[in-house]
Amino acid sequence: MNIVRIIAIIIFTPLVGGLITGVDRIISARLQGRQGPPLLQPFYDVLKLTEKESIEVNSMHRFFVYVSLVFVVFTTLILLSGGDILLAIFALTLGSVFFVLGGYASNSPYNTIGSERELLQIMSYEPMVLLTCIGLYYAEHSFFIRDIVSAEKPSILYLPGVFIGLVFVLTFKLRKSPFDLSMSHHGHQEIVKGITTEYSGKDLAVIEVTHWYEVIISLTLVYVFFATAAPISHVFAVIACLVVYLFEIIVDNGSARVKWQQALKSAWVVTAIMGTVNLLILSYF
Amino acid sequence: MDGIKKSPWILHYDGTSCNGCDIEVLACLTPLYDVERFGMINTGNPKHADVFLITGSVNEQNIPVVKQLYEQMPDPKVVIAVGICATSGGIFAECYNVAGGVDKVIPVDVYVPGCAARPESIIDGVVKGLEILGEKKKKAGKKQ
Amino acid sequence: MVAITVFLLFPMVAALAIFLVKHDAARSMLVRISAVITALLTLVVVGIFFKDGIRMACPWEEEIDLIIVAVEVIIAAYIITLGIRNKKYVISILSFLQTAAILVFEFGFKEGITVQTAIVFDKLTAIMALVIGLVGSLICIYAVGYMKDYHNHHKEYKERKSFFFSILFLFLSAMFGIVLSNNLVWMYFCWEITTLCSFLLIGYTQTEEAKNNSLRALLINLGGGVAFAAAIIFIGMYYHTLELSVLTQKNPDAVIMIPVFLLSIAALTKSAQLPFSSWLLGAMVAPTPTSALLHSATMVKAGVYLIIRLAPLLGPTSVGRVVTFGGGVTFLACSLMAISQSDGKKILAYSTLANLGLIVICASAGTQESLWAAILLIIFHAVSKSLLFISVGSAEHQIGNRNVENMDLLMGVSSKLAFYMMIGIAGMFLAPFGMLVSKWVAMKALIDSDNVIIVIILAYGSAATLFYWAKWMGKLVSKVNMGHKNHHELSLDEELPITILAVLVVISCFTFPLVSRYALEPYLTEVYKSTALIPIETSDIKLMLCMLSMLILLPISFIPIYKNDKRRKVPIYMAGENTGDNQTFYGAMGVKQKVEMRNWYMEDFFGAHKLTFLSNALCTAILVVGVILLIGGLA
Repeated sequence: MNIVRIIAIIIFTPLVGGLITGVDRIISARLQGRQGPPLLQPFYDVLKLTEKESIEVNSMHRFFVYVSLVFVVFTTLILLSGGDILLAIFALTLGSVFFVLGGYASNSPYNTIGSERELLQIMSYEPMVLLTCIGLYYAEHSFFIRDIVSAEKPSILYLPGVFIGLVFVLTFKLRKSPFDLSMSHHGHQEIVKGITTEYSGKDLAVIEVTHWYEVIISLTLVYVFFATAAPISHVFAVIACLVVYLFEIIVDNGSARVKWQQALKSAWVVTAIMGTVNLLILSYF
Repeated sequence: MDGIKKSPWILHYDGTSCNGCDIEVLACLTPLYDVERFGMINTGNPKHADVFLITGSVNEQNIPVVKQLYEQMPDPKVVIAVGICATSGGIFAECYNVAGGVDKVIPVDVYVPGCAARPESIIDGVVKGLEILGEKKKKAGKKQ
Repeated sequence: MVAITVFLLFPMVAALAIFLVKHDAARSMLVRISAVITALLTLVVVGIFFKDGIRMACPWEEEIDLIIVAVEVIIAAYIITLGIRNKKYVISILSFLQTAAILVFEFGFKEGITVQTAIVFDKLTAIMALVIGLVGSLICIYAVGYMKDYHNHHKEYKERKSFFFSILFLFLSAMFGIVLSNNLVWMYFCWEITTLCSFLLIGYTQTEEAKNNSLRALLINLGGGVAFAAAIIFIGMYYHTLELSVLTQKNPDAVIMIPVFLLSIAALTKSAQLPFSSWLLGAMVAPTPTSALLHSATMVKAGVYLIIRLAPLLGPTSVGRVVTFGGGVTFLACSLMAISQSDGKKILAYSTLANLGLIVICASAGTQESLWAAILLIIFHAVSKSLLFISVGSAEHQIGNRNVENMDLLMGVSSKLAFYMMIGIAGMFLAPFGMLVSKWVAMKALIDSDNVIIVIILAYGSAATLFYWAKWMGKLVSKVNMGHKNHHELSLDEELPITILAVLVVISCFTFPLVSRYALEPYLTEVYKSTALIPIETSDIKLMLCMLSMLILLPISFIPIYKNDKRRKVPIYMAGENTGDNQTFYGAMGVKQKVEMRNWYMEDFFGAHKLTFLSNALCTAILVVGVILLIGGLA
């Protein structure tokens, strides 16, 4: 992997992620009968945040946000350069844990509750994400994305259950209702802005950009289910990503935030049913 | 480019308001007015906000609160007083516990009169506030 | 030969010497010196024998056997009277049974069975010896500082430090014996010594609780001892051998499964797997060095060590599957139960159980890759967990208790300690650190050996693991720069081992590819007679090391940014009612209210009282199924 490619991934991923977020905001507005912001609104927001003053409550908490960004970028690099999917997930988890620690470090009530909820969310989606990697390994006998996407048949044929489970838990990762407990993209939340409450200016901009990367990471996981050696399949894979994202937007607008008990239970039960049954069947054939 | 003019995030604080103006502020978010067209978001968090939108007068109880929220907002920031109570105290001005308009406590940049202020005028006020926000940013840039 | 004898006997001699010295300062010095010598001896012995290993017979075998029998009888007599005195007759019966069986076997049936190689020192032994020798001696040094503080804090307990230290060293000696001996009778003897030592250490404070818990530990481990004795007798009478290496080279047919099952039971009790786990949880009443020694580097590792030795006979056999499932249930249940704990040592205890479960899974899955993961897990777990145990012990003395809820104070009281504790925690679950490397390989190996259900269990368990460690870490960072005033200094005896262990955690993560190349691959090649390769791709290892370097370099690279970026500090958002000190807010009627933030424990989901019975029942059922399969296999 050469330097040019690394730089291209680092630059273009957030651009695409930001655009998707912009589309997301427009579609959400239309679903609510509004016109919505311009397409480039997420970029305006981030631009504004970088221009603003950055205040802080102590000198530690921003450190974690930057480290989190570094590891999320690292994850994106591994994924998009065809690396080991399991390693990528571990790196992503590391990034998420740093994000959570940042919330704790600010020692604010709202941030702390947000952090705890974020941890709960990680615990809820982690089994399914791991099972996704395991399922892909079962289907294609490799953890490497470059092998998975150059298989003869798309993995979705072997792993329909795992795919459904993954789409279910992506709601956590994309911070969409009903599972946006730790921080929401919508105006108000019962815990103010959750885990991001105490961040401002550049730090908040970094959090936004991190989220753009995470959007792409999530959609990459969807992508690998459809891509094969045939070039046309990549078109289908992109369409599948868009459909999944549209589905998540509709769910986001159509449902209320659930309590943490329901979030944990439903995620683990769906994982148990969809992921486990799929894997068991796969292992017997 | 002036990012700040394209994405004003609002902190809405309700002082000694009768809730009339608050209803109108929230009405701005509805499909009919849809302020998100201008990138406005009601954040409810001073640390994320650029525009401090206050309805109702300030009283002895909430003076420190208003001051603290103002302090917690990152620069540059503007304060918009919405409704006649926020601009001058309105009919409550003579009450024993009311300090008066918001400008008694923190500097106000835009006054939006009305009882209650109409959504159109609130939006107008915010847009005016954005101009001031842009100027403040330029000034801050020159100082540095 | 001489080196190994000195290596084995030195801790024993040290134990005796320490027991006899009553002067406090002199004894402390003696403990420190002995610990350093033990560590050096370990390095020397490993240095000498690492390359080629050694397999040898012992010249005075008869004599040693006689001494062993004599000591066993004395121990049995002690335990039997103990059982009677405390009205725990089961203990007496178990002890009597196993000793009588061993005596009858020794004098009645042992004729004609010759042990060719009584001592085997291969790569696995080297790793175990290093873990025990280095981590163990560090804990002994730590104990010097800890026990001083301990008796300052707990005036109510009788001071029996010389007894305590000498038992620690005796323990190390016994552990060396277990990993070195190939003769099952000797191994059994050392096994029993560790049982006795753990009993004595757990009961150190002589409170009612300590006594009960120590007796429970004794009872359960004696049960394991009975299984071990039965296995020895079966192997001796049926196969006319007493060598572990001979046993493991046999074909895994139905008959050999009987002693393998019995040995596995012994190993499971020692490693405190469900349903035998209650002794380890009870052992937390002991002073912290005991917990650190018993639960990180030594006692519990003896069990998994035995399972690793037996691995070629486990794998896809019925007993192998049963042990794997037992380990799986333990891993999952204990990971979940750890969430509901707030006592630091309890969390460590549950996580120890869970990690041992993981090691048992890997070892009993029996493929090359899974064994690779198991051995690495032992190393990583030993260093990280002992670091955590001793830093929790010190934290308890610094902040007055060991509740995780109060550990937010630690950063202010002793930031160094908090930092080391965070390294330990990171070592337990975060990505570029060791435990996760092994977990990763374990997943791969388990999929390859078609253990789907276990892999799924692993996925759930890992998620729970992440939750309880991350919330602990969160507490540690949650009160940074809050301007604390009281600073405590750690004594050098405590600080030095903690620092060294923290460094070891990081080093072990950097060097695991080397460990793999020079120790694990040769060992696995030898055991499985086919070339073993490192189960992680080279590109991945590079990425991992890259991540690790990033973790170390990032804080350093932030220093200039912090220096040049002075920011306005504002109070925490509390809806405008922050009083300005970030700790309180104005409540109703202008009264100052304190903000208190607690972590989540989710008792309703993961409460120990709920899960304990369920998981114990499940594990017992699994073992019963194992017995049925065993009988079915014979018939």
